Amino acid sequence: MQKPYWNPYLAGIGLGLTLLVSYVVLGTGLGASGGITRLAASAAHAVAPAAVERNEYLGGWFADGNPLAYYLVTMFVGTLVGGFLSAFAAGRTTFVVERGPTAPAALRLALALVGGGLAGLGARFALGCTSGQALSGGAMLQTGSFVFTGACFAAAFALAPIVQKEWR
Amino acid sequence: MNLYANDLLSSPIGLLLSLLVGTGFGFWLERAGFGSSRKLTAIFYLRDFAVLKVMFSAMVTAALGLQLLAALGKVDLAALYVPESIVWPQLVGGLVFGAGFVVGGWCPGTAAVGLASGKLDALVFLLGAGAGSLAFAGLQPRITDFLHAGTCAIGSLPEQLGVSGATGAIVLLVVALLAFAGATKVEHIMSRRT
Repeated sequence: MQKPYWNPYLAGIGLGLTLLVSYVVLGTGLGASGGITRLAASAAHAVAPAAVERNEYLGGWFADGNPLAYYLVTMFVGTLVGGFLSAFAAGRTTFVVERGPTAPAALRLALALVGGGLAGLGARFALGCTSGQALSGGAMLQTGSFVFTGACFAAAFALAPIVQKEWR
Repeated sequence: MNLYANDLLSSPIGLLLSLLVGTGFGFWLERAGFGSSRKLTAIFYLRDFAVLKVMFSAMVTAALGLQLLAALGKVDLAALYVPESIVWPQLVGGLVFGAGFVVGGWCPGTAAVGLASGKLDALVFLLGAGAGSLAFAGLQPRITDFLHAGTCAIGSLPEQLGVSGATGAIVLLVVALLAFAGATKVEHIMSRRT
């Protein structure tokens, strides 16, 4: 039996205290997309090492040594661990393609791939995602973080009617 | 002094502490219900404002905490890493990212939590996000001018406006409380419409 989610304000304060600890101890906020980028670069490097090393954006990580020996990579692994511990304790671990009641699984997976691609691309333009830019930059009251957050929600609300069948 | 300022973030101790911080991050995201893409996207149909409530609560908690610790002399805000404010790529990146959020149903951090909960769509989203990052790497040398368009010499909005960071954090709190009240009202209206 699944346990209910926690109160959103309580969970938000817990998340905010985690972010505060991150700033005080690590000296930087939370992040997720940076770890994904490095994992993707390592995977690409296994297939096409020369092309990745030649790339201006990725090449330096390989010249310096192992691109995975980076704090955002272990933070991403930690996010998986913490997510699993919480989900497991609450009885919320099941293999499923989550989608609206009338959405076919194949459509949902195709849109997850497209959406992931857009999110990965957009996060690199913005120097961060909802974690590193919206949440962590927002807590430091950064202008660019507020611009990013506003643009993110504007685009998502604008497109929501088009993909309504995927969710509702 | 923090690990970043001492260039120790990617030292063994930095990697370990980042893992622990990440564990807390994933735990709270999952507790909030963010291991579910349907719950995350419900905000875009005005059904469930948990995304707004959690994000604003977290942002305000950390902002007030940071300003308080700075006022007490416990934290030097200038010694922290914050991403640069570069307005144009962050506007365009935000639009592209937001499209990805509603179409894909996740953002990178919540997709990790979704994957840890067994959501196969989260795994596919993460593969897409990796591919999107690599696409950016291919594009980057051709758009370097745009990627610096609108660079702010001062990144913090309160400083740009000539007020203190503490004032900024308190304004953020007031905005958050107003947003919570509005969101709760909309949720009530929408639940009656079903």
